[in-house]
Amino acid sequence: MNIITGIKDSLLVSLWFILLTFPIMVIRVNTIENVVEWRWRNMLLVGAGSFILSLVWRYLHKRKEAGGQESPDEPETVPLVRRILDTPRLLIPALIALGIALAVFPFTFSVYQVNIMITAIMFVVLGLGLNIVVGLAGLLDLGYVAFYAVGAYSYALLNYHYDVGFWIALPIGALLAFSAGILLGFPVLRLRGDYLAIVTLGFGEIIRLILENWNEFSFGPSGISNIDRPGFFGIDFSFREASIYIYFIMIGLCLFTIFVVNRLEKSRIGRAWIALREDEIACQAMGIDKTKTKLAAFALGATWAGMIGVVFAAKTTFINPASFTFMESAIILCIVVLGGMGSILGVMLAAIILILLPEYLRAFSDYRMIVFGACMVLMMVFRPQGLISGGRSIYQLNQAQKDLQKDP
Amino acid sequence: MQSVFETHKLTMDFGGLRAVSNVDIEVKEGEIVAVIGPNGAGKTTVFNCITGVYEATAGDIVIHPPGRDRRRINGLKINSITELGIARTFQNIRLFQNMTVLENVMIGRHCRAKSGIIGAIFRDRGTRREEEEIVEASYKVLEKIGLASYVNELAKNLPYGAQRRLEIARALATEPFLLLLDEPAAGMNPQETRALDELIVKIRDDEGVSIVLIEHDMKLVMSLSDRIFVMDHGEKIAQGTPQEVRKDPQVIKAYLGEEVD
Repeated sequence: MNIITGIKDSLLVSLWFILLTFPIMVIRVNTIENVVEWRWRNMLLVGAGSFILSLVWRYLHKRKEAGGQESPDEPETVPLVRRILDTPRLLIPALIALGIALAVFPFTFSVYQVNIMITAIMFVVLGLGLNIVVGLAGLLDLGYVAFYAVGAYSYALLNYHYDVGFWIALPIGALLAFSAGILLGFPVLRLRGDYLAIVTLGFGEIIRLILENWNEFSFGPSGISNIDRPGFFGIDFSFREASIYIYFIMIGLCLFTIFVVNRLEKSRIGRAWIALREDEIACQAMGIDKTKTKLAAFALGATWAGMIGVVFAAKTTFINPASFTFMESAIILCIVVLGGMGSILGVMLAAIILILLPEYLRAFSDYRMIVFGACMVLMMVFRPQGLISGGRSIYQLNQAQKDLQKDP
Repeated sequence: MQSVFETHKLTMDFGGLRAVSNVDIEVKEGEIVAVIGPNGAGKTTVFNCITGVYEATAGDIVIHPPGRDRRRINGLKINSITELGIARTFQNIRLFQNMTVLENVMIGRHCRAKSGIIGAIFRDRGTRREEEEIVEASYKVLEKIGLASYVNELAKNLPYGAQRRLEIARALATEPFLLLLDEPAAGMNPQETRALDELIVKIRDDEGVSIVLIEHDMKLVMSLSDRIFVMDHGEKIAQGTPQEVRKDPQVIKAYLGEEVD
């Protein structure tokens, strides 16, 4: 019975799709011979394709719903990733393997691959930074790319005017982005949810438009070129060596970010962020200063964007406002949401997938963005909590208390 | 007995609507006071004015914590008022659903600790010790309230009665001298209500905390409170011991309506 209705519904869907795509997939006007071509074969393909996809969709949906109702008293199956994380015996070899793979990677693959990997790691850090704002503190920030731009332009301009090197610009860029975060934080303190999203979106656009139009300051759309690559005691690198060097800088920055974000998350301030996300009024009623907590989230999130901006300018040696469009913010946000709000590991995985997928999908050329979009839709339907959802930390109580807990 | 908390002519307007009008409330040290009244009488608005969620239109809110100076607290921010020692629970439960029970209480300890961002990153000895103290103090509160067996459960997975108690635990963790409970027994069954009755008395006796509660369960109110304030249409219409209030014609009128000849 269920199968028959499923097939019936899928047939309707495929009919609908045939109708919908009829003008573009079937009819073609041949302007040279002035005739209309009827490509009936395409109609069949569309019909069959949408029928099968619809069936698969229905099946997956049913399975998901059935999965939700599985006997609730059975202990939840621990996902593989968590299991590896929780057992040092598995975790340490896994980490060593990963470390070796990362260390060998730039020497075995082409410059092109290394550069893609650098971009992916940059987005890991950007994702982790935005994760503080969106994932932990629950403030939907759509203008994150503005801080990225602040970092990139601060290095580019300092380098252009004063010949400031990469390693000095890195903390300066971070500091400027930190200040920009506070600057944005103040006007939006009272806002939440959609309102906040719109204001931050506006902020991102303002920064981009300033960069585009204030020619004397930022050289407008033509951008700034010939930015120095990171230096290493005055040694001149070839392009390949420079890429490898930046690759290792990024690995270092990424480890640093993971370390700091992890510590922040498991601290007093991290708890305050999560409480702020869960319930703003209750959070204040428990004595948490909303102003300070929100500003800290904005400013700390922005700091990472600023640092990565500096790296970006040094890596590409050329920046212009076109690199800092809303699309970048959207991708970083996707990384956080797909990865699982507030989960460091999830964000890292999502960044790697989201940046590498479009690159390696180039084989499908025209269709790669469609596949990319479809992947995101599927993710959100079947795994809305993200790839790896953040778990809560369990506190180890001291022995006496544990005994009490056993026999109350 | 010394009074620890007073409002004088507390008034709250929302546009043209006067939700609370000239309400005087006084709470003495170690007292359990109930605020009762029909729905929409303005009881929760009074709580919101006291805790700084709303800023009162007129009138004074004065605290006099034991061993500290008298102070007017109008216009202070919510978190500053909590820091001064007034904690509250909410009518509709407002726990941090996706945090564990222990973490919920640890948030209550937030305003009694001070490590910042730098401490969080470097995790120096002071920060670590403070963190341990937070965990320990929070666990003690949970033990006292009888939630020790739930420590690492997510708050949203607790049974209803336990969620209400967790709200009280979280408020207690802020070390208040005055605890405001907004309908703590709402939705509880008779057994849970009895346990709550004992718990509130125990909190008063052990911690020396003064308690103000809004409640509709008259049995609980009458057995628990030392004094009762009755509100209707934003005004205080009566006050006194449970016996006095029970006989007050104004109160009977507010609750049961007027007799028509």
